[in-house]
Amino acid sequence: MADRQLTVSRPTRSSAPALGSIVLHAVVILGALAMLFPFFWTFITSISPGAGFSIEPRLWPENPSFEAYATLFTERPFARVVGNSLLLAVITTVVQLFTSATAAYAFSRLPFRGRGVVFAVYLATMMIPLQVLIVPLFVQVKNLGLINTYLGALLPTFASAFGICLLRQAINQVPRELDEAATLDGAGHGRIFWQIIVPNIRPALATLTIFAFMGSWNSFLWPLIVLRSPELQTLPIALAGLQGQYTTAWDVVMAGSVVSVLPILAIYLFAQKYVIQGVASSGIK
Amino acid sequence: MSVSTLQTSLVDRAAVEPSRPARPRSTRKGIRYAITVLAFLLPSAVPLLLFVLIPMVSAAWISLTDWNLISPQVFVGFDNFVQLLSEPRTAAVFGNTLYYILGYLPIVYLGGLALALALNQALKGRALWRSIYFLPVVTSWIAVAVVWRWLLNPSNGVVNIALGWFGIDGPGWWTDPAWSMPSVILASAWKDLGFVMVILLAGLQAINADLYDAAKVDGAGPWARFINVTLPMLSPSTFFVIVISLINGFQVFDQVYAMTGGGPAGSSQVVVQQIYDLTFRYGQAGEASALSWMLFAVILAVTVVQIIGQKRWVHYG
Repeated sequence: MADRQLTVSRPTRSSAPALGSIVLHAVVILGALAMLFPFFWTFITSISPGAGFSIEPRLWPENPSFEAYATLFTERPFARVVGNSLLLAVITTVVQLFTSATAAYAFSRLPFRGRGVVFAVYLATMMIPLQVLIVPLFVQVKNLGLINTYLGALLPTFASAFGICLLRQAINQVPRELDEAATLDGAGHGRIFWQIIVPNIRPALATLTIFAFMGSWNSFLWPLIVLRSPELQTLPIALAGLQGQYTTAWDVVMAGSVVSVLPILAIYLFAQKYVIQGVASSGIK
Repeated sequence: MSVSTLQTSLVDRAAVEPSRPARPRSTRKGIRYAITVLAFLLPSAVPLLLFVLIPMVSAAWISLTDWNLISPQVFVGFDNFVQLLSEPRTAAVFGNTLYYILGYLPIVYLGGLALALALNQALKGRALWRSIYFLPVVTSWIAVAVVWRWLLNPSNGVVNIALGWFGIDGPGWWTDPAWSMPSVILASAWKDLGFVMVILLAGLQAINADLYDAAKVDGAGPWARFINVTLPMLSPSTFFVIVISLINGFQVFDQVYAMTGGGPAGSSQVVVQQIYDLTFRYGQAGEASALSWMLFAVILAVTVVQIIGQKRWVHYG
């Protein structure tokens, strides 16, 4: 677009780039507004009592009120629900960091016969979608007596193929001279892992932290199956449940949506770099 | 989770490990080394075994039985599969899932490509726009479904009210069998557009600028450069987007569950919703397991076909 010397001269040549640039900016900005509007509308609805009955939408409510939020935390156990989501997300994240880092270390630094096969089995099995396994997984967790427990919701999230691959690539980049120097100093694999590898793969650990947390915070199907009682529910399940309970009270439903989305948006805004890089790097080698 | 997993497994296989240290020789050392390896692998291997491998095997067994999760299992051979294949319901749920994929994929790919091309230009505030378009990606499918249910509310949702300003009588969206799947597609495309855009933008930025210079020297105009340089060089990213979208698309569930519950009149009932309903509403765990296996076979077949087919059109430069 910047370079038109080689094309045949056109009457509009001089104004074309400027015009093109204006159109381009306009389209990008309009698109961005379309992306933002549902967020804006979620919030506006949440502070508009009786929004479900209004047929005259207003960009700012006549009588803004936070009573929908009060409903969530008094009539519904939303304080507990937020706590549940937080608890499960934090545990999932910590465990995934540990299981991924240790497995990645083995696949990068501990050669053994059949390692390639074991790695392939890891990847293949972990790529099997949960959706395919819900029946036997439910049976398995039920046999362990863990239906309707946090542990039942947590256990299937404890190993992550994404995490293992991400950290394995990061560990492969750590110079082996560092390990060898440590070995000469008498360090075993445990010490090399904690003192050399872990500090050197912090950016990858940060990326995994965010993805593991987001994955748990937003996960729906498995918690829906395992966590039966209202006081154990996580945000997405409670939010889906609000729709049934408050069919016309859209302010309450939207308030629930704000509560569930706000924390993850805050994390995204602070850690954007890691999120976008994590996604971008998945598409190119 | 599946996102990078797949890509890494596709491309990472070639990653050769740098020089291996010599394996310890004496038996005692060998045993200690084996213990070390196990110690590093067990934390991930145990959950993998208990919650993926064993359930997989038992899924095969369950699919061959008649079972409501409570009374004893009765072995019925391949009856569940025969039953599924003879029910029009099965074709319908696969058809609806395919409808979802065929509606969703062109929108996110073409929309994501247009945005990526736009953001790849000299554009003011590029990082800001990229952040905004990516915003819905980090939210949950349920939050997305809930807000779109409200935006697309037939009587007083903002979309139909806005259409009314132009004298258009908006459709019944998720309350109308003809519009329920388009509603789900619209909400899903809105959520994933930024994801596809970021992947394609990274692909565009990885293209060597020399190729464009060479094309210009050969007299290629902007369109010719797009067709002959951009698209072929972007094909690995395109391939990735298509593979991931198909894998995720066949498993679509959350947003359907929260937006339409599969209705009205089963018009948006997808495969996973059917598996869920069979298991937990109709007590037919055997048939549900059989359907799970069919879904898995379809996903596997489609993915393998694409991996084989990629040689024809994906250029790894």
